[in-house]
Amino acid sequence: MVKSVLGVNHQGLTDWLIQRVSAVIMMLYSVGLFAYLIMHPGLDYAEWHALFSSKCMKLATLLFILSLLFHSWIGMWTVFTDYIKSFLLRLVLQVFLLLSLIVFFFAALWILWGV
Amino acid sequence: MNLATQRFDAVIVGGGGAGLRASLELAQSGLNVAVISKVFPTRSHTVSAQGGINAALGNTDGSDDWRWHMYDTVMGSDFLGDQDAIEYMCKHAPETIYELEHMGLPFSRLDNGKIYQRAFGGQTRNFGGELVHRTCCAADRTGHAMLHTLYQRNVAARAKFFNEWFAMDLVKAEQGIAGVMALNIETGEVVFLQARATILATGGAGRIFQSTTNAHINTGDGFGMVLRAGLPLQDMEFWQFHPTGIAGAGVLITEGSRGEGGYLINKEGERYMERYAPHLKDLSCRDVVARSSMIEIREGRGCGPKGDYVLLKLDHLGTEVINKRLPGIRELSITFAGVDPLKNPIPVVPTCHYLMGGIPTTVHAQVLTVKNGQDHIVEGLYAAGECACVSVHGANRLGANSLLDIVVFGRAAGLHVQQSVREGLGYRTPSSADIEAALSGLNRWNNNQNGESVDVIRNELQKIMQNDFGVFRTAEHMQEGFKKLEKLQERLKSASIKDKSQYFNTSRIEALELDNLMETALATAYLANERTESRGAHARYDFPKRNDRDWLKHSMYFSDGTIDFRPVNMKPHEVEPIKLKDRE
Amino acid sequence: MRFSIYRYNPETDKKPYMQDYDLDSEANSCYMVLDALLAIKNTMDDTLTLRRSCREGVCGSDGMNINGKNGLACTTHLSSLKEPIIIRPLPGLPVIRDLVVDMTQFYQQYEKIKPYLQNSEPVPAKERLQSPAERAKLDGLYECILCACCTSSCPSFWWNPDKFVGPAGLLQAYRFIADSRDTEKSERLADLADPFSLFRCRGIMNCVDVCPKGLNPTKAINEIKELMLEEAV
Ligand SMILES: Cc1cc2nc3c(=O)[nH]c(=O)nc-3n(C[C@H](O)[C@H](O)[C@H](O)COP(=O)(O)OP(=O)(O)OC[C@H]3O[C@@H](n4cnc5c(N)ncnc54)[C@H](O)[C@@H]3O)c2cc1C
Ligand code: SF4
Ligand code: SF4
Ligand code: FES
Repeated sequence: MVKSVLGVNHQGLTDWLIQRVSAVIMMLYSVGLFAYLIMHPGLDYAEWHALFSSKCMKLATLLFILSLLFHSWIGMWTVFTDYIKSFLLRLVLQVFLLLSLIVFFFAALWILWGV
Repeated sequence: MNLATQRFDAVIVGGGGAGLRASLELAQSGLNVAVISKVFPTRSHTVSAQGGINAALGNTDGSDDWRWHMYDTVMGSDFLGDQDAIEYMCKHAPETIYELEHMGLPFSRLDNGKIYQRAFGGQTRNFGGELVHRTCCAADRTGHAMLHTLYQRNVAARAKFFNEWFAMDLVKAEQGIAGVMALNIETGEVVFLQARATILATGGAGRIFQSTTNAHINTGDGFGMVLRAGLPLQDMEFWQFHPTGIAGAGVLITEGSRGEGGYLINKEGERYMERYAPHLKDLSCRDVVARSSMIEIREGRGCGPKGDYVLLKLDHLGTEVINKRLPGIRELSITFAGVDPLKNPIPVVPTCHYLMGGIPTTVHAQVLTVKNGQDHIVEGLYAAGECACVSVHGANRLGANSLLDIVVFGRAAGLHVQQSVREGLGYRTPSSADIEAALSGLNRWNNNQNGESVDVIRNELQKIMQNDFGVFRTAEHMQEGFKKLEKLQERLKSASIKDKSQYFNTSRIEALELDNLMETALATAYLANERTESRGAHARYDFPKRNDRDWLKHSMYFSDGTIDFRPVNMKPHEVEPIKLKDRE
Repeated sequence: MRFSIYRYNPETDKKPYMQDYDLDSEANSCYMVLDALLAIKNTMDDTLTLRRSCREGVCGSDGMNINGKNGLACTTHLSSLKEPIIIRPLPGLPVIRDLVVDMTQFYQQYEKIKPYLQNSEPVPAKERLQSPAERAKLDGLYECILCACCTSSCPSFWWNPDKFVGPAGLLQAYRFIADSRDTEKSERLADLADPFSLFRCRGIMNCVDVCPKGLNPTKAINEIKELMLEEAV
C-alpha cells in the first residue's frame, strides 16, 4: 500500500517547512533593512516615512510580520507541548498566545496602513 | 504451595539465533508460543558472530555443490559427525540463506548483486580439492545482522517474549518434560511455564574456561537443566579452541580475516602454517591451526616478552579490504589490543570458543536419551543451536557452520513441534515432587548462609579447566583436574550469596549459572578422561592418534557419573557414505 | 582508583544515593570500566547491579553514564577517565535498580517504526539482487546495537518519550527506508510526518556525540526529512 506523505497527518512536515521558509523570509527582510540603514546614514523621519509608504515595502513588511507570527506560534507550540504536560494549562497558554498573536497582527496592520 | 502457572503450546528457552528461528516458525503458524531469554534477545551471544555462514551457493566461484560442503564438514568433524544430519544441514543450507536474505539480512554483495561469499577454513571444491569461497557474510558482523533480522521478523510475527527471565530447571513428568521453572529477574517472581513442547536453545558454555571468546552469559544453563532432569549430554569432551582470540582479552578475531588473506606468523616472522599444512595453510581446520600455534609457542617461537602469543598479519591486505570487509575487526583490535591492523599485526592465541557436544537430538531436534544401548525420544523436549548435538560438528566444527546449524535446526525444531501439536501432543502434569525438584536449586541459594562466594568458586573452576583440559590433554593432568573439580563441587554445595533481595538480583542469577558451569565442567572432565584417543579438538599427548576401531562413537554422560555410547551415523540418505580416511 | 556509583534498590532504599568504592584496578587487572565494576561486584559488594553480556561492545547491554557521558562500560578505557569516576544509569529512563534502567519505552519506539523489511513483490527463488552501491547505503545504519546511549541523551526524548521515536528508532527507520529491497518507503515516510515522531528532533546532536558505534542518527534524520520533502512536492 502506498501512502502519500500528504495524505496523512503531516503537520510535522508542514510546520517544519513553515519554520524554514519563515526563517528565510525574516532573514532576507532584516538583511535588506539593515543594508538600507547602512546606505542611508543619518536617516530622518521623512525618508523613513517615504520608505514605508511604498507598496513594495508595505508588502514585504507584512510578509515579515506574518512569518514572525507563524514562526513564533510553531516555536511556542513546540515548547508548550514539550514542557507543559497538563492539558488544561497548555490550552489556556495556547489560547492566550494565539489571541496575543492575532492582536499583534492587527496592530501591525493598523500601524503599517496608517503610514 | 501456590505456584503461578502459565500454559503455552510451546516454550522456547533462548532468544539467540536458534531460539528466534524456532519461534518465528511457530509464531507464524499461529501457535501460542513464548520465548524466554535471560537477556533481551538481541543481546544473545549470536550477536558476536563475525565471519559468516556457509552455504554452497557458488556466487563468488561460479559453482559449488552441497555434497562438497558435506564432505568438508564430515572431514572437519574428524568423522564423528552424523552423516545423515550433516547431509540434512548442507542440503538445506542454500534455501536457508535465501530465506534469511528475504527476511532482510543485509548481506555483503558482489558486483552482480548476489550475496558475497568469502573463503573460510576447511572449505574445498570437489571433495578436498582447491579452496572454495562458501561463506556468506555481512562484512564481519554476520551474527549481529542475523540476530537483529530474526528478532525483527519476530516483532513482525508478534511472538510473545519473556525478556530477562531465567529458566532454572526443566520440570519433569512421568512421561517426558512438562515445561520449565522460570524466574522473572526484574521482580523475583517464580512461574511454572507449562508447555506441550519445550525447546532448549540456550547456547554455549565457554565460560567454564578462563580465557574464552564467549560472552559472560554463556554458562551452559541448558546443560545443567538437562543433566539435573536425569538426561544425558553427548561428546562434551570436544571443545573448539579458536586460533585467533586476542591475547589477554580473549575477544575473537574472525577466521574471515584469514579468509580475506591474512596469515599467522611466529617471532621469526615465519608463516608457520605453510610448514604444518602445506595445502590449506592458514585455512586448515581450526583444531589443526590451534595446535600448530600452541606448538610454536611451546617450542619458544612465540612473540612478546613472555613468548606466549603469535601474530596475525593483515596489513598487507590494504586499507580498502580491511575497511570494507573487516571493519569490526579493526575496531576490536584497536580497542582491545591497542593495535591498528592497518599498520601492525595483532597478538593472538588459541582461545576457547565453541562446544561441539551438547544435548543429543534427532535431525528434527527431538531430544534423545539412551537406555540399554537404545535411543529413546524424550517426550515434549527439543533442543537446537549450540546447546544441541545433532551432531553436525562431530569432533571439530568448521568455521561458519554454526550459524548455519542454528537456523537450519531452529527451523527444524519449529516445524516438528508444529506437526506434533497438530497430531495431538498434549500437556504433561508434574507431581509435586517434580515441582519441588525444579525449585531446589533456587531454594538452596536462598537459604545458604556464610559460605564461600560465587566468584571464588567460579575462578577456581575456570582455572582448573584452563590448565588441565586445554588444547593438549594428558591423563595425568586430567585426573588431577578431575579430582580438584570433585572437591570444588562439594564446596559449591555450601557456597552462598550475600544479596538475598528479589528485584533484579544478578548475584542470584550468577549463582544459579555457576551450578550449570559446574555440571558442564564435570561432563567435560568425565568424557575427556574417558576418551583415550586424539580426534578433532580432543588432542592427547598420551594417545596422539585417532582410533577408529575403539572410538568411532559418541560418548554420553549422565550426572550420576554413568557413561554410555552411541554409534556414529554413517548412512546419509541421498549420497554415498563418506569413508574413513586421514586428515591433513 | 575511586569510583562513585549511583545506588538504588527499590526494596530497601527510599531514594537513590551515590556510593564510593576504592578499587586497586591494577591488581585486579582492570582495563575497561566494565572490568572494574565486575571486580567491585565480585570482591567488594555483590549487591551492585548492572547488565552485561558480550564484554566487547556488540550486545548493547551495558550502556551507562560515565563521568557525565553515555557510553558502554565494556569499551570505555579506565585510562581515559578522570577520577573519581562517576557512574550513573542512563538518564531519562526509569531506574529499576542501581545501573539497570527500564528500557520498555525505548523498545516501544523501536517497534513503532516497523523494524523489519517489507516487500510486497513475489518472493524470488534465489536472493533478491542488490548492488554493492545500494548495499553500501545500509552501512552506518544496520550496525546499531540498541544500547540506548543516544536516545537517553536526547532532550527531545526526555520530554516526549511516548511520542518522539528518538535517534535509535529513527536510525532504524532510515535503515529500512534506505534499503533497496523495501517497497514501503512512502508508507514509512508518511508514518513519520506528524509533529512528534520525527520532527521533535532539534538537531542538538547529543546522539552523534555519544554513539559507541560511531553511528550518526542526526544525519539519518535529515535524510528522512529530505525524502519527505521530495515525496511532498
Ligand atoms: C565471538 C564468536 C564469533 C563467532 N562467529 C561465528 C561465525 O562467524 N560463524 C558461525 O557459524 N559461528 C560463529 N560462532 C558460533 C556461533 O555464533 C554460536 O554458536 C551461535 O550463535 C549460538 O547460537 P544459539 O542460538 O545456539 O545460542 P545463543 O545465541 O548463545 O543464545 C542463547 C540464548 O539462550 C538464552 N538463555 C541461556 N540460558 C538461559 C536461561 N537459563 N534462561 C533463559 N534464557 C537463557 C540467552 O539469553 C540467549 O538468548 C561464533 C561464536 C563466537 C563466540
Ligand atoms: S540530534 Fe535530534 S535525535 Fe539527536 S540528540 Fe539531538 S534532538 Fe535528539
Ligand atoms: S545508534 Fe548508537 S547509541 Fe544509539 S542505540 Fe544504536 S548503537 Fe546505541
Ligand atoms: S557487554 Fe555487550 S556491549 Fe558491553
